[in-house]
Amino acid sequence: MRKSNANEFINENKNLYATLFSSTFKISACTFGGGYVIVPLMKKRFVEELDWISETEMLDFISISQSAPGPIAVDVAIMVGYHVCGLKGAVIAGIGTILPPLIIISVISLFYKQFRDNRFVSFAMNGMLAGIAAVICNVVIDMGKPFFKNRDIFSIIIIAAVFIAVYFFKINILWIIIICAVLGIIKGTVGLKDGEKR
Amino acid sequence: MIYIQLLLSMFKIGILSFGGGYVAIPLIQKEIVELNGWITLTEFTDIITIAEMTPGPIAINAATFVGIRIAGIPGALIATFGCALPSCIIVIILAKIYYKYRHLNTMQNILAGLRPAVIAMIASSGVTIALMALFKSGININYISAGIFIIGIFLLRKYKLNPLYIMFGAGAVGIILYSLFPM
Repeated sequence: MRKSNANEFINENKNLYATLFSSTFKISACTFGGGYVIVPLMKKRFVEELDWISETEMLDFISISQSAPGPIAVDVAIMVGYHVCGLKGAVIAGIGTILPPLIIISVISLFYKQFRDNRFVSFAMNGMLAGIAAVICNVVIDMGKPFFKNRDIFSIIIIAAVFIAVYFFKINILWIIIICAVLGIIKGTVGLKDGEKR
Repeated sequence: MIYIQLLLSMFKIGILSFGGGYVAIPLIQKEIVELNGWITLTEFTDIITIAEMTPGPIAINAATFVGIRIAGIPGALIATFGCALPSCIIVIILAKIYYKYRHLNTMQNILAGLRPAVIAMIASSGVTIALMALFKSGININYISAGIFIIGIFLLRKYKLNPLYIMFGAGAVGIILYSLFPM
């Protein structure tokens, strides 16, 4: 592929766009079972395989997506695209994420009754749902572990409290975002006063 | 004109749907079934079922489906575009803010509060999906799904397999086992 140095930069940039587009397209085409499935998929692709972002940045992107309207899959993809190559990257990643459902639903809408009633489709979905649960639980263990390892009490309390608030009390995520942001600020300022780290 | 109405409706859904697909569903229902009467409630229920069986965000799936039903392919494009546009704009603005101020102490403090919260939200959705998969037929545990879940976790933890293999492997195993042992 690399013919000369002059072309190398352009080629590499083109490759970057192509990789960004194909990665977001592929991930979006595979986000069955709700938006959070993209977390393990993106972590695998962008954090582990391509090393474009860190795990902390990944968490930051999800936090930001939760503070914005719209599907988390689209929002996080746009953040990754923006991170990799600015506005252009954001647009490429956004299109890459929106196209698969657009194409798939357009096709399925032609025969959606047959699709809905097909028993093999529902067998596959039943099996897949268990796989998706495993994939999401696994990524939670991966991402939560550092907080427990570092005995980060503040974060552990937030994890527990937010889990209870979301799972049992179905509190709107927007409230949780606001409250946790305020708690973060309070903790940061109190920490400074005590002369602790930072 | 139907295209403009469609665009505006979807834009409204896109801008109001904070906090995930399940918040968006009632919004979409109100907008396209109750206010505009573009599709019937039965069709809407079908859309949600289809959206759950296909990849992609529910809001996008519903937008595409409604668009194509009432105005063909151009309708699908316009509806999907309209639904995604508001969040795209807002996220790009937030991304700019993030990269400009992320080294500030206040921003770091906010993020330190949000990161664990996000993990808990993902955990909550993981538990919801796990219980849905494992206890689909009521109170009785679904052994096939439980098996897939446990083996999946094992393969992921031990061999760090690509999550995609687990998902599609689970789908294939589902087809085989549920065909052999109908529930």
